Amino acid sequence: MPIRSAQDLVLVRQAVRTWSAELKFSLVEQTKMVTAASELARNTLDYGRGGHVTLEMLQEGLRKGLRLSFEDKGPGIPDIDLALRDGYTSGGGMGLGLGGARRLVNEFDIVSKVGEGTRVTVTRWK
Amino acid sequence: MERIPILRMGRVLLVTIQVDMHDQLAVTLQDDLTAKIVETGAGGVLIDISSLEVVDSFIGRILGNIATMSRVLDAQTVVVGMQPAVAITLVELGMSLPGIRTALNVEKGMTLLQASMDADEVVLEVADASLED
Repeated sequence: MPIRSAQDLVLVRQAVRTWSAELKFSLVEQTKMVTAASELARNTLDYGRGGHVTLEMLQEGLRKGLRLSFEDKGPGIPDIDLALRDGYTSGGGMGLGLGGARRLVNEFDIVSKVGEGTRVTVTRWK
Repeated sequence: MERIPILRMGRVLLVTIQVDMHDQLAVTLQDDLTAKIVETGAGGVLIDISSLEVVDSFIGRILGNIATMSRVLDAQTVVVGMQPAVAITLVELGMSLPGIRTALNVEKGMTLLQASMDADEVVLEVADASLED
């Protein structure tokens, strides 16, 4: 799904909600996943100058999960540890997006190269 | 342009957010509310978010802004009806909405607003009386 405008953020939230419900996530799990997606999609839009997200349903033995990969070709993040810290922001936000999103999911992975872009992958298991 | 309606009930402005707000809509609400407080001289703002299924850090920040701006404009804000799943998520996200008063539902929110607006008036009357003395 493309992330090019504030309207796209709404569509991403809706899609993640539908997929989480299909996986029979509890209401709290759904809300956490949708909120994490909203934070990360906004980062892609505001800091990555737009990009896209890929949704993926996972099955590992008996457990099922939902994986979201946010990719942009923006400026990249020079210091990932700093970017993950609560309260740190390079923009005008509150600095809760990246660190907060990490707390809302089970697995969190970030790859970023200055000048090339950023990919954030999050997974939540049922 | 799409807008969230603001209703007036006596000295209170009532806002019910019933859609998944995109960012611009939230910013417009913030601007409309501050304008409306000045225009009507409202003493309280009640925001019902019981239909909101997601409150992320952006919406949280807007709610905080509204509370702060209305306080500067001599009005009080109470946010009511937050869903339990939203509350759990907000706290894990790291947002405890400092400076925002909350109530469980519209009725309790109204009572809270009314009480604090009345208290404000008593303080004003006392101040006036002591000035006259």
